[in-house]
Amino acid sequence: MEAAVLTDRFPRTQVLPAQDMPTYQVAGEDLLETVRFLRDAQGFDLLADLCGIDWKDRTPRFGVVIHLLSTTHKEYVRLHVGAVHDAVPSVSSLHPGANWHEREAFDMFGIRFDGHPDPRRILMWDAYPYHPLRKDFPLAGIEVPFPAADVAEVTGQSVKPAPMMGGPFVSPGGKMSEGEPSALDQSWNEEKPKA
Amino acid sequence: MKTTKEISLGDIAARAEELRGENMTLNMGPSHPATHGVLRLSLELDGDTVVKCDPVIGYLHRGDEKIAENMTYNQFVPYTDRLDYLAPLANNVAYAIAVEKLAGLKMPERCEAIRVVCCEMARISSHLLGLGVYAMDTGAWTVFMYTFNEREKLYSLFEELTGARFTTSYTRIGGLTRDLPEGWLKKVEVFCDGVLKVIDDVDKLLTRNGIFLERTEGVAPISKELALAYGLTGPNLRASGVGFDLRKDKPYSGYEKYDFDVPVGTKGDCFDRYLVRMEEVRQSVRILRQACKSMPGGAWYAEDAKKIFLPPKAKIMTKMEELIQNFMIVTEGPQIPAGEVYFEAENPKGSLGFYVVSNGGGVPYRLRIRGPSFVSLSILPVIVPGNYLTDIASILGSLDFVMGECDR
Amino acid sequence: MGGCPNLRQTTMVKSDFGYNSKVEGEVIVTRADAVVNWVRSHSVWPMPMGLACCAIELMGAGGSRFDISRFGMEVMRFSPRQADCMIVAGTVTYKMAEVVRRIYDQMAEPKWVVAMGACASTGGMYRSYATLQGVDNIVPVDIYISGCPPRPEALLDGMMLLQEKIRQEGGSLKRTFRGRTVETKIVR
Repeated sequence: MEAAVLTDRFPRTQVLPAQDMPTYQVAGEDLLETVRFLRDAQGFDLLADLCGIDWKDRTPRFGVVIHLLSTTHKEYVRLHVGAVHDAVPSVSSLHPGANWHEREAFDMFGIRFDGHPDPRRILMWDAYPYHPLRKDFPLAGIEVPFPAADVAEVTGQSVKPAPMMGGPFVSPGGKMSEGEPSALDQSWNEEKPKA
Repeated sequence: MKTTKEISLGDIAARAEELRGENMTLNMGPSHPATHGVLRLSLELDGDTVVKCDPVIGYLHRGDEKIAENMTYNQFVPYTDRLDYLAPLANNVAYAIAVEKLAGLKMPERCEAIRVVCCEMARISSHLLGLGVYAMDTGAWTVFMYTFNEREKLYSLFEELTGARFTTSYTRIGGLTRDLPEGWLKKVEVFCDGVLKVIDDVDKLLTRNGIFLERTEGVAPISKELALAYGLTGPNLRASGVGFDLRKDKPYSGYEKYDFDVPVGTKGDCFDRYLVRMEEVRQSVRILRQACKSMPGGAWYAEDAKKIFLPPKAKIMTKMEELIQNFMIVTEGPQIPAGEVYFEAENPKGSLGFYVVSNGGGVPYRLRIRGPSFVSLSILPVIVPGNYLTDIASILGSLDFVMGECDR
Repeated sequence: MGGCPNLRQTTMVKSDFGYNSKVEGEVIVTRADAVVNWVRSHSVWPMPMGLACCAIELMGAGGSRFDISRFGMEVMRFSPRQADCMIVAGTVTYKMAEVVRRIYDQMAEPKWVVAMGACASTGGMYRSYATLQGVDNIVPVDIYISGCPPRPEALLDGMMLLQEKIRQEGGSLKRTFRGRTVETKIVR
């Protein structure tokens, strides 16, 4: 499918650079029509994946990434949608398989899906107050009461943050250092003792 | 004196309504032998027939995707083992290929062939357990014992190759952990002969078995449109009549070199799903035999992957440059350029997809795992209602899901 | 021990009971506790709380290669009312923790808990917001088996340790958990 086919029909769609499959930035208002067009006219009949993503420093902060697969033409397409005011139209009316994916995106990020038939949490328990995959939520978790009140009473437990022991022990990311590792304090070594 | 009472049709209807009673809510809880892991089904029953089915998942949600944002690419490999813990090698390979695609690496032929061998052995392992447990749920205990025994032979092979019976963590970004041991391929060929005999035994026990047919034929048929609408992949999709197999249609890791067929079903009921898996084991054996015979020599890792794959040990101990590289890659992680990639591999349970977003550096920005079992379970609210309570065991067994992948 | 006439005649049967049928007749004198514990230890019926990958190794231990049946434990009872020992095999998440505790409460005394694998013992490699860092936060654990997953041999070793522990139990079952002691007397 040529990029022009989509951008001519939906002028607000932009082509994004990607190395593995055609990628488009779709506006939220056009999403349902775009997915319907891709499914009916272009043969993208399988929804491979729908996930949320937290672009920390962009506006809008949250995005939804949809991967569609055509079993007849054997190709993929990727759609990026920005969640304006944390809401995105739900594609579960076009691809019923998106139902659970959208529930997971809501659970993990807090993205609302307009028109979703069953917006509940799916992986965490219903009363959990946070959205874990947000970038400002710590890996260890935040203390909340135990999901079942009677068990909490008997055992005296709550959902505690996991003990990180100063970890995780990885470098924060970004470019790899060019030079060889060296001591922080270069003012003394074996030839020149510490003053 | 006889009195005749007049009853109207309205009275009969009202009485029938009274007699029907209420629907019963039954919880097929997270700890249940037939749910194969921690799956909870919230059922509403009208007598013996299921009226509504609401699966509750998340009892094994361990936070893999969040953990991935805090681990280097190589540190995350053991977590991929534990996704579909019945075929860990296949998950390792899928993850490694996804990240290597992002890095733009091309693997040498030997590495690809070894990965194909690993994937197919994992497929046989997963299907053997899937069939065994499915048969056990429908009442055939012997099949479970036979297939489990055969899996033990696979475990010995895995242990010789990787060091662990399962949870292998065999691949790294840019290659593998180690090369094949001496004589291992011959053992694989011996294993291939053995597993075909076991599959023939299972065939004799189940395929024409009246009880098994009664319990699985015509139960929960999934039409082609329904399967595509819900995003099913793998054997579940192929049993419904869609002949889509990633190994043939979007080949990766050298699958185009091997000659094999893809079984496609017709009706999409539980029996078709069983037949598709049986035939897939036979086809996997075919691929294994070809791969073992034609295993190319050469490098088993990408030699041009500086800053991604560890240099060979001999060089690390003698040269300064390689020593620094080794230290950097281990502490700061393999440096993968910025970008995003989505790669799906044909895992035994369906298409396992990895969506990796990288901002450069050794730690991913976002790692999304598309688990095929998550998608397989989402179809339950549609296909279970209308069946009996006892059919649920057949349906769950035929969908062949594993909660590690579903909940991550 | 009685019932077998040949033993009485000529052979000196070496046994760890120090029992010689010629001297003592057909009677063994022992403590009631020893017999009860001996019986209990040789027929521990596990309740497999198989949650994740360790469940597969548990099933492997039940298979024919490692054969948990030689210890009398092949009777994997999924009903807590009929089980003696709950083997927590796999990662316990906070969502699942209430279920584990409820099932533990439903088991009848005497009961034991084996935490199989790293995830059940301490949370394993999943240090995250959703994983309970060790099942001993909610149930009292008797045996911890390390490994990820522990080989079936390691599981069998752990079960043998459990057998030894059972054999040494006193007349009453005293368990201390989080500062509270529960004592169950065996009523005969």
